[in-house]
Amino acid sequence: MAVLLLAEVTNGELQRDATAKAVTAVKGLGEVTALCVGAHAKAAAEAAATIEGVAKVLCAEDPRYSHRLAEPTAALIVSLADGYEHIAAPATTDAKNVMPRVAALLDAMVITDVVGVIDAATFERPIYAGNAIQTVRTADAKKVMTIRTSTFEAAGDGAAASVEAVAAAADPGLSSWVADSAAASDRPELTSAGVIVSGGRGVGSEDNFRMIESLADKLGAAVGASRAAVDSGYAPNDWQVGQTGKVVAPELYIAVGISGAIQHLAGMKDSKVIVAINKDEEAPIFQVADYGLVADLFDAVPELIKKL
Amino acid sequence: MKVLVPVKRVIDYNVKVRVKADGTGVDLANVKMSMNPFDEIAVEEAIRLKEKGQAEEIVAVSIGVKQAQETLRTALAMGADRAILIVASDDIHQDIEPLAVAKLLKAVIDEEQPGLVLAGKQAIDNDMNATGQMLAALLGWAQGTFASKLDIEGDHAVVTREVDGGLQTIKVKMPAIVTVDLRLNEPRYASLPNIMKAKKKQLDEKTPADYGVDITPRLSVVKTVEPRERQAGIKVGSVDELIAKLKDEAGVL
Repeated sequence: MAVLLLAEVTNGELQRDATAKAVTAVKGLGEVTALCVGAHAKAAAEAAATIEGVAKVLCAEDPRYSHRLAEPTAALIVSLADGYEHIAAPATTDAKNVMPRVAALLDAMVITDVVGVIDAATFERPIYAGNAIQTVRTADAKKVMTIRTSTFEAAGDGAAASVEAVAAAADPGLSSWVADSAAASDRPELTSAGVIVSGGRGVGSEDNFRMIESLADKLGAAVGASRAAVDSGYAPNDWQVGQTGKVVAPELYIAVGISGAIQHLAGMKDSKVIVAINKDEEAPIFQVADYGLVADLFDAVPELIKKL
Repeated sequence: MKVLVPVKRVIDYNVKVRVKADGTGVDLANVKMSMNPFDEIAVEEAIRLKEKGQAEEIVAVSIGVKQAQETLRTALAMGADRAILIVASDDIHQDIEPLAVAKLLKAVIDEEQPGLVLAGKQAIDNDMNATGQMLAALLGWAQGTFASKLDIEGDHAVVTREVDGGLQTIKVKMPAIVTVDLRLNEPRYASLPNIMKAKKKQLDEKTPADYGVDITPRLSVVKTVEPRERQAGIKVGSVDELIAKLKDEAGVL
């Protein structure tokens, strides 16, 4: 059977890492057709066509898809759904917005944040902030799902799939875009970064967070934050790692001044190497850290920056 | 304008969850239960709209076991005006799926005709993040998900959304579904007098059959397991030792 995969396209550009990881997750389920949607999507479609495991690319280019609003994007996917048993997407905020809407329009129960594909109808997903992994089997004919990308390796390059333009679907006209306020940054994307430096409540203030950023820049790393740090206003929400933020699995995760609440661990415990710097030696973060340094972060971090 | 707020009874945010030995799910017997934290934010936002004169009535709805009436009483104590409980199961371990919840909520909305639905973006038990979007689909309404700011402007709502790259502001036509994120507001605590008053507020009890909705689950649980435990590593004594370990042992620098 066939899979329709909503590729992650942001402002006309393919988010290759997230898309290629989702391809890895679903390619065993059937022939994968990637769908690129946007006001400009041709370049993204050409890029998606090179992902190994992608058999075909559909390109829906129309001004109505410029910000991938949920209502027109879901309507488009539903219009293309015939002939596909699986409709999937990497679990980005865009897909989390769109895919449950798609599922309901198809009278299917969405399966979100899939971390394991057992067979065509059986999937593993985390529940309770990752404190349990549940295997569920769906009775729905069409399976609509989002893929937690941090658990899959990205598919390689080298494919040369055909790209086909598809017509836009009717726009329900229920919403319109007003503005984006993206924090412009030269740092790597959190969800695909090889190294992440995260700060928690222990960092103490927005000003002190600059120190976390300096350490990150020294390592060419992305910057993350715990929910406590975000709630305290030290860091923006799009840096949040955890149950309600982003789920990451870098080669190296450095947690600074983070106690290690289960909600935070849910977002980073699959990292390859975890370093914790905290002055409280009882902090739960040390139970998952490969290397723990019990120290005042205001001494340790500047020293690290100097010596690295 | 009437505002409808769905609320879910879930395991308390601070409770350490344990997987049941038979693998059917997480043990909820004799565990502290509370309102889903995101739903508290939704209730709070509805109350603020009422305080600003933009909402007249707040109706809280919960779907689940009979004990969810405690959750509704909390919503009433915070400031909701009345509540509807749809008893959909008598088993505390039975989670009603977002699709079924959305169908029930649609039936309630067809009766109540609210101008706005404010819902939590996800429940911290099944972590699905789906009900609001599914409800919007079934109603054919606009959706503004993961809201960190909400302004009602006539027949539109301006919603600032928490997205991967930062913030996105959109305008949605009312009636609409708005699902709320953490930074929208800080929910108030119910005062003792309000808790007492809430006991006298109207709470209607219904069943899925009253609405003619089939809630047969689409997903069956094959098994539930504890995640692979990560072993604690070692403590290092200094920054120098840490750098040495990361270079030589872990090979990540």
